[in-house]
Amino acid sequence: MPSELLIGLIFLPLLGACLTVLPWRWSTRLGVFAGLVSLPVLLVALTLAVIREGAWYYSLGGWTAPLGIRLFVDPLALLMLWMVAIIGGVAAAHAWHDFRPGTPEGARFWPLWLLLTAAMNALFLSADLFNLYVCLELVTLAAIPLIAMAGTATSIRAAMRYLLLALLASLVYLLGVALLYNATGTLDLYLMTQTLAASDGPATSLAFALIAVGLLLKGAVFPLHVWLPNAHASAPGPVSAVLSALVVKTAVYLVYRLWLWTLPAEDPMQGAVELFAVLGAAALIYGGILALLQERLKLVIAYSTVAQLGYLLLVLPLASVTAWQAASYQLLSHGLAKAAMFLAAANILHAVGSDRLADLERLDQRTPLSLFALALGGVSIMGLPPSGGFLAKWLLLEAAWQEGRWLLLFVLVLGSLLAAGYVFRILAAALRRADPTEAEDAEGTSPIGRRQAGYALLLALLALLAGFGAAPILEVIDAGAPAGWSAP
Amino acid sequence: MSATATIYLLTAAAVFGIGVYGLLQARQILRQLLAINLMGGAIFLLLITLGGGAEGPPDPVPQAMVLTGIVIAVSATAFALALLVKLQDATGSSDLDPPDAE
Repeated sequence: MPSELLIGLIFLPLLGACLTVLPWRWSTRLGVFAGLVSLPVLLVALTLAVIREGAWYYSLGGWTAPLGIRLFVDPLALLMLWMVAIIGGVAAAHAWHDFRPGTPEGARFWPLWLLLTAAMNALFLSADLFNLYVCLELVTLAAIPLIAMAGTATSIRAAMRYLLLALLASLVYLLGVALLYNATGTLDLYLMTQTLAASDGPATSLAFALIAVGLLLKGAVFPLHVWLPNAHASAPGPVSAVLSALVVKTAVYLVYRLWLWTLPAEDPMQGAVELFAVLGAAALIYGGILALLQERLKLVIAYSTVAQLGYLLLVLPLASVTAWQAASYQLLSHGLAKAAMFLAAANILHAVGSDRLADLERLDQRTPLSLFALALGGVSIMGLPPSGGFLAKWLLLEAAWQEGRWLLLFVLVLGSLLAAGYVFRILAAALRRADPTEAEDAEGTSPIGRRQAGYALLLALLALLAGFGAAPILEVIDAGAPAGWSAP
Repeated sequence: MSATATIYLLTAAAVFGIGVYGLLQARQILRQLLAINLMGGAIFLLLITLGGGAEGPPDPVPQAMVLTGIVIAVSATAFALALLVKLQDATGSSDLDPPDAE
Protein backbone atom coordinates (compact mmCIF):
# COMPACT_ATOMS: atom_id res chain seq x y z
CA MET A 1 0.00 0.00 0.00
CA PRO A 2 2.59 2.70 0.95
CA SER A 3 4.53 2.14 -2.27
CA GLU A 4 1.46 3.04 -4.30
CA LEU A 5 1.47 6.33 -2.39
CA LEU A 6 4.90 7.15 -3.81
CA ILE A 7 3.72 6.44 -7.34
CA GLY A 8 0.58 8.48 -6.73
CA LEU A 9 2.57 11.52 -5.64
CA ILE A 10 4.36 11.58 -8.99
CA PHE A 11 1.66 10.17 -11.24
CA LEU A 12 -1.37 12.16 -10.13
CA PRO A 13 0.12 15.62 -10.88
CA LEU A 14 1.33 14.25 -14.24
CA LEU A 15 -2.14 12.91 -14.96
CA GLY A 16 -3.53 16.27 -13.93
CA ALA A 17 -1.14 18.03 -16.33
CA CYS A 18 -2.38 15.81 -19.16
CA LEU A 19 -6.02 16.50 -18.24
CA THR A 20 -5.49 20.28 -18.22
CA VAL A 21 -4.41 20.33 -21.87
CA LEU A 22 -7.63 18.60 -22.97
CA PRO A 23 -10.16 20.98 -24.54
CA TRP A 24 -13.23 20.00 -22.47
CA ARG A 25 -14.89 22.47 -20.20
CA TRP A 26 -14.19 20.68 -16.93
CA SER A 27 -10.87 19.08 -17.81
CA THR A 28 -8.74 21.84 -16.28
CA ARG A 29 -10.66 21.83 -13.01
CA LEU A 30 -10.54 18.03 -12.93
CA GLY A 31 -6.79 18.06 -13.66
CA VAL A 32 -6.03 20.56 -10.92
CA PHE A 33 -8.18 18.60 -8.52
CA ALA A 34 -6.49 15.30 -9.39
CA GLY A 35 -3.00 16.77 -9.32
CA LEU A 36 -3.04 19.15 -6.36
CA VAL A 37 -5.95 18.47 -4.03
CA SER A 38 -5.05 14.78 -3.86
CA LEU A 39 -1.51 15.43 -2.60
CA PRO A 40 -2.26 16.27 1.07
CA VAL A 41 -4.46 13.15 1.33
CA LEU A 42 -1.67 10.94 -0.01
CA LEU A 43 0.83 12.65 2.25
CA VAL A 44 -1.17 12.07 5.41
CA ALA A 45 -1.15 8.35 4.64
CA LEU A 46 2.53 8.46 3.71
CA THR A 47 3.43 10.33 6.90
CA LEU A 48 1.66 7.72 9.01
CA ALA A 49 3.50 4.99 7.11
CA VAL A 50 6.89 6.68 7.63
CA ILE A 51 6.21 7.15 11.34
CA ARG A 52 5.20 3.49 11.58
CA GLU A 53 7.82 1.84 9.39
CA GLY A 54 10.63 4.39 9.02
CA ALA A 55 12.35 5.17 5.72
CA TRP A 56 12.01 2.70 2.86
CA TYR A 57 12.93 2.05 -0.76
CA TYR A 58 10.69 1.15 -3.66
CA SER A 59 12.05 -0.37 -6.86
CA LEU A 60 10.11 0.91 -9.85
CA GLY A 61 8.56 -1.84 -11.97
CA GLY A 62 10.07 -4.47 -9.70
CA TRP A 63 13.54 -3.85 -11.21
CA THR A 64 15.92 -3.79 -8.30
CA ALA A 65 19.02 -1.61 -8.07
CA PRO A 66 21.70 -1.41 -9.44
CA LEU A 67 19.93 -1.80 -12.81
CA GLY A 68 16.54 -0.52 -11.74
CA ILE A 69 15.59 2.93 -10.52
CA ARG A 70 14.65 3.20 -6.87
CA LEU A 71 12.48 5.65 -5.03
CA PHE A 72 13.36 6.47 -1.45
CA VAL A 73 11.27 8.16 1.19
CA ASP A 74 12.49 9.35 4.56
CA PRO A 75 11.51 12.22 6.88
CA LEU A 76 13.53 14.80 4.87
CA ALA A 77 11.82 13.78 1.62
CA LEU A 78 8.52 13.82 3.47
CA LEU A 79 9.13 17.38 4.68
CA MET A 80 9.87 18.56 1.14
CA LEU A 81 6.79 16.76 -0.23
CA TRP A 82 4.60 18.44 2.37
CA MET A 83 6.04 21.80 1.38
CA VAL A 84 5.26 21.13 -2.29
CA ALA A 85 1.70 20.15 -1.37
CA ILE A 86 0.97 23.05 0.98
CA ILE A 87 2.92 25.94 -0.53
CA GLY A 88 2.19 24.77 -4.07
CA GLY A 89 -1.47 24.24 -3.19
CA VAL A 90 -1.99 27.67 -1.61
CA ALA A 91 -0.05 29.39 -4.40
CA ALA A 92 -2.22 27.53 -6.94
CA ALA A 93 -5.35 28.77 -5.17
CA HIS A 94 -3.93 32.29 -5.41
CA ALA A 95 -3.15 31.76 -9.10
CA TRP A 96 -6.67 30.51 -9.81
CA HIS A 97 -7.94 34.10 -10.03
CA ASP A 98 -5.36 35.34 -12.56
CA PHE A 99 -5.17 32.15 -14.62
CA ARG A 100 -8.79 31.07 -14.82
CA PRO A 101 -9.50 27.80 -16.65
CA GLY A 102 -10.98 28.47 -20.05
CA THR A 103 -8.95 31.65 -20.61
CA PRO A 104 -5.82 31.54 -22.81
CA GLU A 105 -3.67 32.38 -19.78
CA GLY A 106 -5.18 29.51 -17.82
CA ALA A 107 -4.67 27.07 -20.68
CA ARG A 108 -0.96 27.89 -20.74
CA PHE A 109 -0.48 28.06 -16.99
CA TRP A 110 -1.98 24.92 -15.46
CA PRO A 111 -0.20 22.18 -17.46
CA LEU A 112 3.15 23.77 -16.59
CA TRP A 113 2.20 24.20 -12.94
CA LEU A 114 1.18 20.57 -12.57
CA LEU A 115 4.24 19.38 -14.45
CA LEU A 116 6.40 21.43 -12.06
CA THR A 117 4.63 19.82 -9.10
CA ALA A 118 5.12 16.32 -10.51
CA ALA A 119 8.78 17.00 -11.28
CA MET A 120 9.51 18.30 -7.78
CA ASN A 121 7.74 15.35 -6.15
CA ALA A 122 9.72 12.96 -8.35
CA LEU A 123 12.95 14.75 -7.49
CA PHE A 124 12.41 14.56 -3.75
CA LEU A 125 11.62 10.83 -3.96
CA SER A 126 14.29 9.75 -6.42
CA ALA A 127 17.31 7.75 -5.30
CA ASP A 128 19.05 7.60 -8.67
CA LEU A 129 21.58 10.17 -9.86
CA PHE A 130 20.50 10.08 -13.50
CA ASN A 131 16.82 10.08 -12.64
CA LEU A 132 17.60 13.15 -10.55
CA TYR A 133 19.19 14.78 -13.61
CA VAL A 134 15.97 14.19 -15.55
CA CYS A 135 13.92 15.62 -12.66
CA LEU A 136 16.17 18.68 -12.39
CA GLU A 137 15.70 19.33 -16.11
CA LEU A 138 11.94 18.85 -15.83
CA VAL A 139 11.77 21.30 -12.94
CA THR A 140 13.77 23.85 -14.95
CA LEU A 141 11.82 23.38 -18.16
CA ALA A 142 8.52 23.74 -16.30
CA ALA A 143 9.58 26.68 -14.13
CA ILE A 144 11.11 28.91 -16.80
CA PRO A 145 8.04 29.25 -19.06
CA LEU A 146 6.09 30.14 -15.90
CA ILE A 147 8.48 33.07 -15.35
CA ALA A 148 8.15 34.17 -18.98
CA MET A 149 4.37 34.02 -18.62
CA ALA A 150 4.40 37.51 -17.10
CA GLY A 151 5.08 38.52 -20.73
CA THR A 152 7.16 41.63 -20.01
CA ALA A 153 10.54 42.18 -21.66
CA THR A 154 12.20 42.00 -18.22
CA SER A 155 10.64 38.66 -17.40
CA ILE A 156 11.47 37.11 -20.77
CA ARG A 157 15.05 38.33 -20.50
CA ALA A 158 15.30 36.98 -16.94
CA ALA A 159 13.84 33.65 -18.09
CA MET A 160 16.35 33.43 -20.94
CA ARG A 161 19.29 34.13 -18.64
CA TYR A 162 18.00 31.58 -16.13
CA LEU A 163 17.55 29.00 -18.90
CA LEU A 164 21.09 29.37 -20.28
CA LEU A 165 22.65 29.08 -16.82
CA ALA A 166 20.35 26.20 -15.86
CA LEU A 167 21.25 24.27 -19.02
CA LEU A 168 24.94 24.82 -18.30
CA ALA A 169 24.42 23.72 -14.69
CA SER A 170 22.66 20.52 -15.79
CA LEU A 171 25.48 19.65 -18.18
CA VAL A 172 28.14 20.17 -15.51
CA TYR A 173 26.06 17.97 -13.19
CA LEU A 174 25.67 15.33 -15.91
CA LEU A 175 29.43 15.30 -16.54
CA GLY A 176 29.90 14.63 -12.84
CA VAL A 177 27.34 11.83 -12.96
CA ALA A 178 29.12 10.25 -15.97
CA LEU A 179 32.45 10.22 -14.12
CA LEU A 180 30.85 8.93 -10.96
CA TYR A 181 29.11 6.07 -12.78
CA ASN A 182 32.38 5.11 -14.38
CA ALA A 183 34.14 5.09 -11.00
CA THR A 184 31.49 3.31 -8.96
CA GLY A 185 29.41 1.31 -11.47
CA THR A 186 26.11 2.43 -9.96
CA LEU A 187 23.80 5.42 -10.10
CA ASP A 188 21.99 4.69 -6.88
CA LEU A 189 22.63 7.36 -4.23
CA TYR A 190 22.66 4.91 -1.38
CA LEU A 191 24.36 1.89 -2.97
CA MET A 192 27.13 4.17 -4.17
CA THR A 193 28.38 4.79 -0.64
CA GLN A 194 29.92 1.32 -0.38
CA THR A 195 31.71 1.50 -3.73
CA LEU A 196 32.85 5.05 -3.05
CA ALA A 197 34.72 4.07 0.09
CA ALA A 198 36.66 1.52 -1.96
CA SER A 199 37.27 3.50 -5.14
CA ASP A 200 38.65 6.72 -3.76
CA GLY A 201 40.48 8.70 -6.39
CA PRO A 202 40.80 12.02 -8.17
CA ALA A 203 38.03 11.02 -10.60
CA THR A 204 35.39 10.75 -7.88
CA SER A 205 36.59 13.98 -6.25
CA LEU A 206 36.34 15.74 -9.62
CA ALA A 207 32.92 14.21 -10.17
CA PHE A 208 31.64 15.50 -6.84
CA ALA A 209 33.17 18.92 -7.49
CA LEU A 210 31.37 19.12 -10.86
CA ILE A 211 28.08 18.00 -9.34
CA ALA A 212 28.48 20.58 -6.57
CA VAL A 213 29.10 23.40 -9.08
CA GLY A 214 26.06 22.36 -11.10
CA LEU A 215 23.85 22.23 -8.02
CA LEU A 216 25.12 25.51 -6.55
CA LEU A 217 24.38 27.19 -9.87
CA LYS A 218 20.86 25.77 -9.93
CA GLY A 219 20.38 26.65 -6.27
CA ALA A 220 21.54 30.24 -6.82
CA VAL A 221 24.14 30.02 -4.07
CA PHE A 222 26.43 33.04 -3.90
CA PRO A 223 28.42 33.79 -6.11
CA LEU A 224 26.33 31.82 -8.65
CA HIS A 225 23.10 33.63 -7.76
CA VAL A 226 23.15 36.27 -10.52
CA TRP A 227 20.18 34.85 -12.37
CA LEU A 228 17.88 34.60 -9.35
CA PRO A 229 16.74 38.12 -8.34
CA ASN A 230 15.38 39.20 -11.72
CA ALA A 231 13.89 35.80 -12.51
CA HIS A 232 12.08 35.56 -9.17
CA ALA A 233 11.06 39.21 -9.06
CA SER A 234 9.64 39.43 -12.59
CA ALA A 235 7.58 36.22 -12.51
CA PRO A 236 3.83 36.28 -11.71
CA GLY A 237 3.24 36.28 -7.92
CA PRO A 238 2.33 32.63 -7.29
CA VAL A 239 5.21 31.54 -9.54
CA SER A 240 7.67 33.71 -7.58
CA ALA A 241 6.39 32.11 -4.39
CA VAL A 242 6.97 28.57 -5.61
CA LEU A 243 10.32 29.40 -7.23
CA SER A 244 11.74 30.92 -4.05
CA ALA A 245 10.12 28.55 -1.61
CA LEU A 246 10.61 25.26 -3.46
CA VAL A 247 12.45 25.28 -6.78
CA VAL A 248 15.81 26.64 -5.57
CA LYS A 249 15.60 24.27 -2.62
CA THR A 250 15.64 21.25 -4.95
CA ALA A 251 19.34 21.92 -5.53
CA VAL A 252 20.08 22.43 -1.83
CA TYR A 253 18.17 19.22 -1.10
CA LEU A 254 20.45 17.33 -3.50
CA VAL A 255 23.55 18.84 -1.89
CA TYR A 256 22.27 17.49 1.43
CA ARG A 257 21.55 14.07 -0.06
CA LEU A 258 24.95 13.75 -1.70
CA TRP A 259 27.10 15.10 1.10
CA LEU A 260 25.20 13.74 4.09
CA TRP A 261 23.99 10.40 2.72
CA THR A 262 26.05 9.34 -0.28
CA LEU A 263 29.58 10.48 0.55
CA PRO A 264 31.28 8.27 3.13
CA ALA A 265 32.20 10.17 6.30
CA GLU A 266 35.96 9.78 5.74
CA ASP A 267 35.93 10.84 2.07
CA PRO A 268 38.26 13.78 1.32
CA MET A 269 35.42 15.54 -0.52
CA GLN A 270 33.73 15.96 2.86
CA GLY A 271 36.09 18.92 3.23
CA ALA A 272 33.86 20.73 0.75
CA VAL A 273 31.32 21.32 3.51
CA GLU A 274 33.65 24.00 4.90
CA LEU A 275 33.62 25.69 1.50
CA PHE A 276 29.82 25.42 1.41
CA ALA A 277 29.70 27.13 4.81
CA VAL A 278 31.92 29.98 3.56
CA LEU A 279 29.68 30.42 0.51
CA GLY A 280 26.64 30.31 2.77
CA ALA A 281 28.09 33.01 5.02
CA ALA A 282 28.96 35.16 2.00
CA ALA A 283 25.44 34.67 0.60
CA LEU A 284 23.91 35.65 3.92
CA ILE A 285 25.83 38.92 4.11
CA TYR A 286 25.88 39.80 0.43
CA GLY A 287 22.21 38.96 -0.13
CA GLY A 288 21.25 40.89 3.00
CA ILE A 289 23.14 44.00 1.94
CA LEU A 290 21.78 43.91 -1.61
CA ALA A 291 18.25 43.40 -0.27
CA LEU A 292 18.75 46.60 1.73
CA LEU A 293 19.69 48.49 -1.41
CA GLN A 294 16.80 47.46 -3.67
CA GLU A 295 14.14 49.94 -4.66
CA ARG A 296 11.43 47.42 -5.59
CA LEU A 297 9.53 45.24 -3.16
CA LYS A 298 9.79 41.99 -5.14
CA LEU A 299 13.53 42.48 -5.63
CA VAL A 300 14.02 42.95 -1.88
CA ILE A 301 12.22 39.66 -1.30
CA ALA A 302 14.20 37.93 -4.07
CA TYR A 303 17.57 39.08 -2.64
CA SER A 304 16.32 37.93 0.74
CA THR A 305 16.04 34.44 -0.80
CA VAL A 306 19.72 34.64 -1.82
CA ALA A 307 20.56 35.48 1.79
CA GLN A 308 18.29 32.90 3.41
CA LEU A 309 19.69 30.10 1.25
CA GLY A 310 22.99 30.86 3.00
CA TYR A 311 21.65 29.44 6.26
CA LEU A 312 20.98 26.12 4.57
CA LEU A 313 24.65 25.75 3.63
CA LEU A 314 26.04 27.15 6.89
CA VAL A 315 24.59 24.14 8.66
CA LEU A 316 26.65 21.58 6.74
CA PRO A 317 29.87 21.53 8.80
CA LEU A 318 28.07 21.47 12.16
CA ALA A 319 26.97 17.80 12.01
CA SER A 320 24.84 17.52 15.12
CA VAL A 321 21.23 16.68 15.77
CA THR A 322 20.56 20.34 16.63
CA ALA A 323 22.05 21.42 13.30
CA TRP A 324 19.86 18.88 11.57
CA GLN A 325 16.75 20.29 13.22
CA ALA A 326 17.89 23.80 12.30
CA ALA A 327 18.36 22.87 8.64
CA SER A 328 14.97 21.18 8.39
CA TYR A 329 13.25 24.03 10.13
CA GLN A 330 14.95 26.62 7.96
CA LEU A 331 13.78 24.71 4.85
CA LEU A 332 10.23 24.68 6.18
CA SER A 333 9.87 28.13 7.70
CA HIS A 334 11.70 29.99 4.93
CA GLY A 335 9.52 28.23 2.38
CA LEU A 336 6.29 29.21 4.12
CA ALA A 337 7.34 32.75 4.99
CA LYS A 338 8.89 33.54 1.62
CA ALA A 339 5.88 32.21 -0.29
CA ALA A 340 3.60 34.33 1.95
CA MET A 341 5.71 37.42 1.24
CA PHE A 342 5.69 36.89 -2.53
CA LEU A 343 1.92 36.32 -2.59
CA ALA A 344 1.39 39.44 -0.46
CA ALA A 345 3.72 41.40 -2.75
CA ALA A 346 1.70 40.24 -5.76
CA ASN A 347 -1.50 41.54 -4.12
CA ILE A 348 0.18 44.85 -3.29
CA LEU A 349 1.51 45.13 -6.83
CA HIS A 350 -1.99 44.46 -8.12
CA ALA A 351 -3.65 47.02 -5.85
CA VAL A 352 -1.06 49.78 -6.12
CA GLY A 353 0.03 49.18 -9.70
CA SER A 354 3.71 49.37 -8.77
CA ASP A 355 5.99 47.63 -6.34
CA ARG A 356 8.48 50.48 -6.02
CA LEU A 357 9.05 51.10 -2.33
CA ALA A 358 8.57 54.82 -3.04
CA ASP A 359 4.97 54.18 -4.16
CA LEU A 360 3.95 52.03 -1.22
CA GLU A 361 2.69 54.59 1.28
CA ARG A 362 -0.45 53.97 3.37
CA LEU A 363 -0.55 50.25 2.66
CA ASP A 364 -2.11 49.70 6.09
CA GLN A 365 -5.22 51.35 4.65
CA ARG A 366 -5.00 50.25 1.04
CA THR A 367 -4.03 46.58 1.47
CA PRO A 368 -4.18 45.92 5.22
CA LEU A 369 -4.43 42.12 5.04
CA SER A 370 -1.62 41.70 2.51
CA LEU A 371 0.58 44.06 4.48
CA PHE A 372 -0.15 42.03 7.62
CA ALA A 373 0.81 38.83 5.76
CA LEU A 374 3.98 40.49 4.48
CA ALA A 375 4.89 41.61 8.00
CA LEU A 376 4.20 38.19 9.52
CA GLY A 377 6.34 36.55 6.84
CA GLY A 378 9.00 39.15 7.61
CA VAL A 379 8.86 38.26 11.30
CA SER A 380 9.72 34.66 10.42
CA ILE A 381 12.46 35.70 7.98
CA MET A 382 14.04 37.97 10.63
CA GLY A 383 13.78 35.19 13.18
CA LEU A 384 11.66 36.92 15.81
CA PRO A 385 9.92 34.64 18.31
CA PRO A 386 7.60 32.79 18.24
CA SER A 387 7.86 32.13 14.49
CA GLY A 388 9.26 29.05 12.78
CA GLY A 389 12.12 31.20 11.51
CA PHE A 390 13.05 32.06 15.10
CA LEU A 391 13.23 28.39 16.00
CA ALA A 392 15.42 27.61 12.96
CA LYS A 393 17.85 30.41 13.75
CA TRP A 394 17.87 29.64 17.45
CA LEU A 395 18.71 25.97 16.80
CA LEU A 396 21.39 27.06 14.37
CA LEU A 397 22.94 29.39 16.95
CA GLU A 398 22.83 26.59 19.49
CA ALA A 399 24.52 24.17 17.09
CA ALA A 400 27.24 26.71 16.29
CA TRP A 401 27.70 27.37 20.02
CA GLN A 402 28.07 23.66 20.80
CA GLU A 403 30.76 23.34 18.15
CA GLY A 404 32.50 26.51 19.34
CA ARG A 405 32.21 28.20 15.93
CA TRP A 406 32.46 31.82 17.06
CA LEU A 407 32.85 33.28 13.56
CA LEU A 408 29.72 31.46 12.49
CA LEU A 409 27.83 32.87 15.47
CA PHE A 410 28.87 36.36 14.43
CA VAL A 411 27.75 35.78 10.82
CA LEU A 412 24.39 34.42 12.01
CA VAL A 413 23.72 37.46 14.16
CA LEU A 414 24.81 39.81 11.38
CA GLY A 415 22.53 37.98 8.92
CA SER A 416 19.55 38.38 11.24
CA LEU A 417 20.32 42.08 11.71
CA LEU A 418 20.44 42.59 7.95
CA ALA A 419 17.15 40.71 7.59
CA ALA A 420 15.59 42.95 10.24
CA GLY A 421 16.94 45.92 8.29
CA TYR A 422 15.32 45.01 4.99
CA VAL A 423 12.02 43.88 6.51
CA PHE A 424 11.66 47.08 8.55
CA ARG A 425 12.60 49.11 5.49
CA ILE A 426 9.63 47.59 3.63
CA LEU A 427 7.33 48.22 6.59
CA ALA A 428 8.55 51.80 7.00
CA ALA A 429 7.87 52.45 3.32
CA ALA A 430 4.44 50.84 3.59
CA LEU A 431 3.30 52.81 6.64
CA ARG A 432 4.24 56.27 5.37
CA ARG A 433 1.47 58.89 5.17
CA ALA A 434 2.22 60.85 2.01
CA ASP A 435 -1.24 62.24 1.32
CA PRO A 436 -3.58 62.01 4.31
CA THR A 437 -6.64 63.32 2.42
CA GLU A 438 -7.16 60.16 0.36
CA ALA A 439 -8.94 57.37 2.20
CA GLU A 440 -10.09 54.67 -0.22
CA ASP A 441 -9.85 51.10 0.97
CA ALA A 442 -9.01 49.07 -2.12
CA GLU A 443 -8.65 45.65 -0.58
CA GLY A 444 -11.32 45.81 2.10
CA THR A 445 -14.10 46.55 -0.37
CA SER A 446 -13.40 43.81 -2.90
CA PRO A 447 -14.06 40.20 -1.94
CA ILE A 448 -11.49 38.99 -4.48
CA GLY A 449 -8.79 41.15 -2.92
CA ARG A 450 -9.70 39.82 0.51
CA ARG A 451 -9.53 36.23 -0.70
CA GLN A 452 -6.19 36.75 -2.42
CA ALA A 453 -4.83 38.37 0.74
CA GLY A 454 -6.22 35.45 2.72
CA TYR A 455 -3.97 32.99 0.87
CA ALA A 456 -0.88 35.03 1.69
CA LEU A 457 -2.04 35.34 5.29
CA LEU A 458 -2.64 31.60 5.53
CA LEU A 459 0.98 30.81 4.60
CA ALA A 460 2.30 33.53 6.92
CA LEU A 461 0.24 32.12 9.79
CA LEU A 462 1.52 28.62 9.04
CA ALA A 463 5.10 29.98 9.21
CA LEU A 464 4.23 31.45 12.60
CA LEU A 465 2.47 28.28 13.78
CA ALA A 466 5.50 26.23 12.80
CA GLY A 467 7.16 27.85 15.80
CA PHE A 468 4.41 26.68 18.17
CA GLY A 469 3.81 23.22 16.78
CA ALA A 470 7.48 22.30 16.58
CA ALA A 471 7.58 19.30 18.91
CA PRO A 472 5.73 16.71 16.77
CA ILE A 473 7.39 17.92 13.56
CA LEU A 474 10.86 17.74 15.09
CA GLU A 475 10.15 14.28 16.43
CA VAL A 476 9.57 12.98 12.90
CA ILE A 477 12.51 15.00 11.53
CA ASP A 478 14.92 13.66 14.16
CA ALA A 479 14.32 10.11 13.00
CA GLY A 480 15.57 11.14 9.55
CA ALA A 481 18.88 12.67 10.62
CA PRO A 482 21.77 11.48 8.43
CA ALA A 483 24.24 9.01 9.88
CA GLY A 484 26.79 10.79 12.03
CA TRP A 485 24.38 13.65 12.79
CA SER A 486 22.17 11.81 15.22
CA ALA A 487 22.57 12.06 18.97
CA PRO A 488 25.47 10.00 20.35
CA MET B 1 41.87 1.12 -22.26
CA SER B 2 42.11 0.63 -26.00
CA ALA B 3 43.58 3.14 -28.45
CA THR B 4 40.18 3.83 -30.00
CA ALA B 5 38.75 4.64 -26.59
CA THR B 6 41.59 7.10 -26.00
CA ILE B 7 40.85 8.82 -29.30
CA TYR B 8 37.18 9.09 -28.40
CA LEU B 9 37.99 10.46 -24.95
CA LEU B 10 40.36 13.06 -26.39
CA THR B 11 37.71 14.04 -28.95
CA ALA B 12 35.14 14.39 -26.17
CA ALA B 13 37.52 16.59 -24.19
CA ALA B 14 38.27 18.74 -27.27
CA VAL B 15 34.58 19.15 -28.18
CA PHE B 16 33.75 20.03 -24.56
CA GLY B 17 36.56 22.59 -24.58
CA ILE B 18 35.28 24.15 -27.81
CA GLY B 19 31.81 24.31 -26.24
CA VAL B 20 33.10 26.06 -23.10
CA TYR B 21 35.12 28.51 -25.22
CA GLY B 22 32.11 29.19 -27.42
CA LEU B 23 29.86 29.76 -24.43
CA LEU B 24 32.26 32.21 -22.80
CA GLN B 25 33.05 34.11 -25.96
CA ALA B 26 29.67 34.24 -27.72
CA ARG B 27 27.55 37.38 -27.35
CA GLN B 28 24.47 36.05 -29.15
CA ILE B 29 22.10 33.65 -27.46
CA LEU B 30 21.88 31.41 -30.53
CA ARG B 31 25.63 30.85 -30.46
CA GLN B 32 25.54 30.20 -26.72
CA LEU B 33 22.85 27.58 -27.28
CA LEU B 34 24.96 25.91 -29.95
CA ALA B 35 27.92 25.91 -27.56
CA ILE B 36 25.80 24.30 -24.83
CA ASN B 37 24.69 21.63 -27.30
CA LEU B 38 28.33 20.95 -28.21
CA MET B 39 29.13 20.44 -24.54
CA GLY B 40 26.20 18.06 -24.28
CA GLY B 41 27.43 16.11 -27.28
CA ALA B 42 30.86 15.80 -25.71
CA ILE B 43 29.37 14.40 -22.49
CA PHE B 44 27.34 11.87 -24.50
CA LEU B 45 30.48 10.76 -26.32
CA LEU B 46 32.27 10.42 -23.00
CA LEU B 47 29.42 8.33 -21.54
CA ILE B 48 29.35 5.96 -24.51
CA THR B 49 33.13 5.58 -24.51
CA LEU B 50 33.36 4.90 -20.78
CA GLY B 51 30.55 2.36 -21.06
CA GLY B 52 32.28 0.61 -23.97
CA GLY B 53 34.13 -1.87 -21.80
CA ALA B 54 37.56 -3.20 -22.74
CA GLU B 55 36.40 -6.81 -22.58
CA GLY B 56 32.92 -8.26 -22.83
CA PRO B 57 29.76 -6.63 -24.13
CA PRO B 58 29.25 -2.87 -23.63
CA ASP B 59 27.38 -1.63 -20.57
CA PRO B 60 23.79 -0.74 -21.62
CA VAL B 61 23.18 1.77 -18.80
CA PRO B 62 25.25 4.66 -20.28
CA GLN B 63 23.53 4.09 -23.63
CA ALA B 64 20.14 4.44 -21.98
CA MET B 65 21.42 7.57 -20.25
CA VAL B 66 22.58 9.05 -23.55
CA LEU B 67 19.25 8.31 -25.25
CA THR B 68 17.41 10.09 -22.44
CA GLY B 69 19.98 12.86 -22.49
CA ILE B 70 19.44 13.45 -26.21
CA VAL B 71 15.69 13.70 -25.71
CA ILE B 72 16.22 16.26 -22.93
CA ALA B 73 18.77 18.22 -24.98
CA VAL B 74 16.42 18.40 -27.96
CA SER B 75 13.44 19.55 -25.88
CA ALA B 76 15.52 22.06 -23.92
CA THR B 77 16.95 23.48 -27.15
CA ALA B 78 13.51 23.67 -28.75
CA PHE B 79 12.18 25.52 -25.73
CA ALA B 80 15.17 27.86 -25.67
CA LEU B 81 14.66 28.70 -29.35
CA ALA B 82 10.97 29.42 -28.74
CA LEU B 83 11.89 31.66 -25.83
CA LEU B 84 14.46 33.39 -28.03
CA VAL B 85 11.73 34.21 -30.57
CA LYS B 86 9.62 35.65 -27.73
CA LEU B 87 12.61 37.69 -26.58
CA GLN B 88 13.14 39.00 -30.11
CA ASP B 89 9.46 39.96 -30.32
CA ALA B 90 9.43 41.66 -26.93
CA THR B 91 12.71 43.54 -27.05
CA GLY B 92 13.65 43.69 -30.72
CA SER B 93 17.07 42.24 -29.94
CA SER B 94 18.32 38.70 -29.76
CA ASP B 95 20.94 39.02 -27.05
CA LEU B 96 20.88 39.62 -23.34
CA ASP B 97 22.87 42.86 -23.43
CA PRO B 98 22.10 45.62 -22.67
CA PRO B 99 21.39 44.50 -19.10
CA ASP B 100 17.87 44.85 -17.74
CA ALA B 101 16.92 48.47 -17.52
CA GLU B 102 14.49 48.94 -14.68
